[in-house]
Amino acid sequence: MSKLIVEPSPHIKSSWTTQKIMLNVIIALCPVLLAAIILFGVRALTLTVLCSTCCVLFEWLFCRITKKDSTISDLSAVVTGMLLAFNLPVEIPEYMAVIGCFAAIVVVKMLFGGIGQNFANPAATARIVLMISFASAMTKWSVPFYYTGEVDAVVSATPLQASASQLPSLMDMFLGVRAGCVGETCILAILIGGSFLIVRGIITPVTPVAYIGTVALLSLLTGSSNEEMLYEIMSGGLFLGAFFMATDYSTTPLTIWGKLIFAVGCGILTFLIRQFADLPEGVSYSILLMNILTPYIDKISMPRAFGAARDKREAKK
Amino acid sequence: MFGLHSIKLPHFSAAGEQTSRRINPPKVVYISMAQHIGVPCEPLVAKGDYVRLGQKIGDSDAFMSAPVHASVSGTVRDIIDVVSPNGRLCKTVVIDSDNRMQLDPSVKQPQINCREDFIKAIRESGAVGLGGAGFPTHVKLAYDRDKVEIDTLLINAAECEPYITSDYRELMENSDAVLGGIKMIMKNLEIPRAIIGIESDKPEAIEKFRKMTAPSPAIKVAVLRSSYPQGAEKMLIYKLTGRVVKEGKLPSDVGCMVMNASTAGFIHSYIRTGMPLVKRRITIDGNTVNAPANFFVAVGTPLHDVVACASVRKQPDKVILGGPMMGTCAFDPDTPISKTNNAVLLFAEAPVYTESPCIRCGRCIQACPVNLMPTELEHAYDERNEARLTKLKVNLCMNCGSCSYVCPAKRPLAEKNQLAKDLLRRQADKNRK
Repeated sequence: MSKLIVEPSPHIKSSWTTQKIMLNVIIALCPVLLAAIILFGVRALTLTVLCSTCCVLFEWLFCRITKKDSTISDLSAVVTGMLLAFNLPVEIPEYMAVIGCFAAIVVVKMLFGGIGQNFANPAATARIVLMISFASAMTKWSVPFYYTGEVDAVVSATPLQASASQLPSLMDMFLGVRAGCVGETCILAILIGGSFLIVRGIITPVTPVAYIGTVALLSLLTGSSNEEMLYEIMSGGLFLGAFFMATDYSTTPLTIWGKLIFAVGCGILTFLIRQFADLPEGVSYSILLMNILTPYIDKISMPRAFGAARDKREAKK
Repeated sequence: MFGLHSIKLPHFSAAGEQTSRRINPPKVVYISMAQHIGVPCEPLVAKGDYVRLGQKIGDSDAFMSAPVHASVSGTVRDIIDVVSPNGRLCKTVVIDSDNRMQLDPSVKQPQINCREDFIKAIRESGAVGLGGAGFPTHVKLAYDRDKVEIDTLLINAAECEPYITSDYRELMENSDAVLGGIKMIMKNLEIPRAIIGIESDKPEAIEKFRKMTAPSPAIKVAVLRSSYPQGAEKMLIYKLTGRVVKEGKLPSDVGCMVMNASTAGFIHSYIRTGMPLVKRRITIDGNTVNAPANFFVAVGTPLHDVVACASVRKQPDKVILGGPMMGTCAFDPDTPISKTNNAVLLFAEAPVYTESPCIRCGRCIQACPVNLMPTELEHAYDERNEARLTKLKVNLCMNCGSCSYVCPAKRPLAEKNQLAKDLLRRQADKNRK
C-alpha cells in the first residue's frame, strides 16, 4: 500500500458507454432489417451491409488521413450506414449508395468534428444529397415481394403519391407491404425496435410521440378522416424518422422540453412539405431543418437550476 | 422534468448486515487541528506533554470552529504539519499511546439548565456533522432566534451513497441515543417537530423508528425513495418539507435544521457521559475487502492500522475516504481518520475508464439533481468562459458526481465543475483586489 492511486470523485461509473448505446441502436434496427429482407429480398441485406461497411471504412480512412485516433469502435458509423440503407430504394445502384455514405460520414459527420459534433443528421442529409443528385433512381421504389417474380410491378408510386384506388389496406401499411424505401415501410418492426430503445432508456418517447402526434393532429385538423390520417402517418419515412433519426443525440436538443419543441417542429414541417411542396417526402427535410434550429432550441429550453436566484431583471419586477 | 432528478446506483451494502466491531487501539494517533469546516484549532499542548483520553488538545477563539480532543492517553511526540487529503496543510498533534486509556478529569456530564448551556456543551464536545461535511454542530444550533425561526428538525438518515452503512448501524445499534439526541435538541431549542428521513432500502430501521416514535407525535419517520443523492441537504429539505433553499441561503432561512443521525446519537451520549468526540463508526468495504463491516475507530488512527484490521484479498491500490461518489482518495497510508470520515473503501484494480467525445445524449442533464447542464458547463469551462459559467449556475453544483457517473463517454464532468467553481472564485478574488 505504498503507492496509492489518486483520482477525483466519483470513483464508480455506470456501465453505459457510447459503444454500448450504439450497439443497442443496432439491435433495435435489426427487426427493421429483418422486415426489409422479408419484404424486399436479400438485396435489402446486401445494401445494408454495403452501406455500413462503407461508412465504417470512410470514417477509418478519414481518421487515418487526418492523423486522428480511429473512432470506428464506437459503432456509430455502423448505425449511420444502416439508417442510410433503410432510407434508400432497394434497387438503387451501388455506386450511388457509396456516394451517400461518403456524404453522410465524410461531409456531414467527420468534417464537422466527428461523433457528437455534427449539426445535421448524417443519414437524413445523405438521403437529401442523393435525392437531389439522382432524383429518378431515388424515387424508383420496388413493390414488396418483387424478388419472387410473382408480382409484376417493379416500380411503383408510394402511398403518398398514389391515387385512392391503388392504396394498400391499412393492415398492409402497418406490416410494410407497400412500395417504399428499404427500412421505412414496416411500421410494426419500427415500433418493436423503437420500443426496445425506449425500454432501454436510450431514447425518450417524447420525440416520436410528439412528432407522429403532430402530423396526425394536423392531418385531422385539415379535414382528414381517421383512416386518411392513419395513411398519412404510416406512409413515407415518418415512423423510421421519428424513432431513429429525430432521436439522434448529436443533432437534436439536449433537454426534454427541447426535444418536444424539436419534434413538434418536425411534425409541422413534414406536414407542410407533404401538403404544399413538390417533393415526394418531407421527413428528411424537416429533420434537417430542425437540426439547424437545435442550438437555438437548446438556448430557449435551458432548465432552471434548483434554487437558483432569479435574474436581477426579473427580481425587480 | 417533474420533481428533482436523481439516479439509481448499485447497492453494495454488505457491511450493513454486521454488528459494528472494535479495532485494536492504535499505538500512535495523528490528530489534525482541522477536522471541520471553518477555522482550524491551535494546539493547546506541547511536545512531551502527557495527555489523557478526552482532554482538549486544540481549540480556537473563532465562532466557526470546534475543539479537538485526545483520543488516547499518552505522550505528545510532536506537533507536525501534515497535508490533508483535501490538500490543506494543517497542524497535527502526534500522540504515542500508553495503552492505558487514562480518562481526563474534564470528562464529566455537563450541567444544562438553558439553551445557552446546551449550545456551549455541544461546542465543548467537539461535535461536527458526522455525515461528511463537518459543519461545527454548535454553529448550527446557535442560530439567531430574532432573525430566523426554525420549526423543523430534519434528521438525515438517507445514507444514499453505495457501500456506506455507518449511519444505518447507528440507527440499528444506537437507536435510543439517536432518538434521545433528537428530543434533546427539540427540547433545548424549542423546535416543535422533527422528521427522520430514511431511505426505503432500510426497512428494518424504518420499522424500528416508526415503533419508537409512535408515542411522540412531534417526531415523524419519512421514507425516502432509495436513489442518489437523497441525502444532499437541499434535496432532503425539499423532499421532506417541500421548501426550496435558494441560492446563497441556508436551511435556517426556510426554517429547517438538518442533522445527521449519527450526530444526534453522539449529542445524546455526550450529554449523558461528557465523553467528547474522540471515536466514530466507519464502514470498511470495497472490492478487495473480504468481510465488509463497520468499526469503531479512534479519531487520528492512521489508515494503515484501519486497513490492517480488515481482511483483504489483495493489497489495495486505491483508498477512498468517504463514499464512492463524493469521497476523496487518500494519497498517504499514514493519513489519519478524522471526525468526518464515515467510510474507508479499499479498492484493488479499480476499473479504468477512457474518456471519449461527448455524444450529446443529455444523460448528465437528466441526472443533475439541481437541474444544471453539465455538458454545457464543460464546454464553457474548456473555453474558460466565466460569464457563461456564471449564467449556467456552476456555483450551485454540489459535486455529487451524478453527471460523471452516468456519462457514457466517461467525461470528467463533475471534476470540470469543481475546476470551474475554483476559476470563478479566483476571478472574484482578483476583482476584489
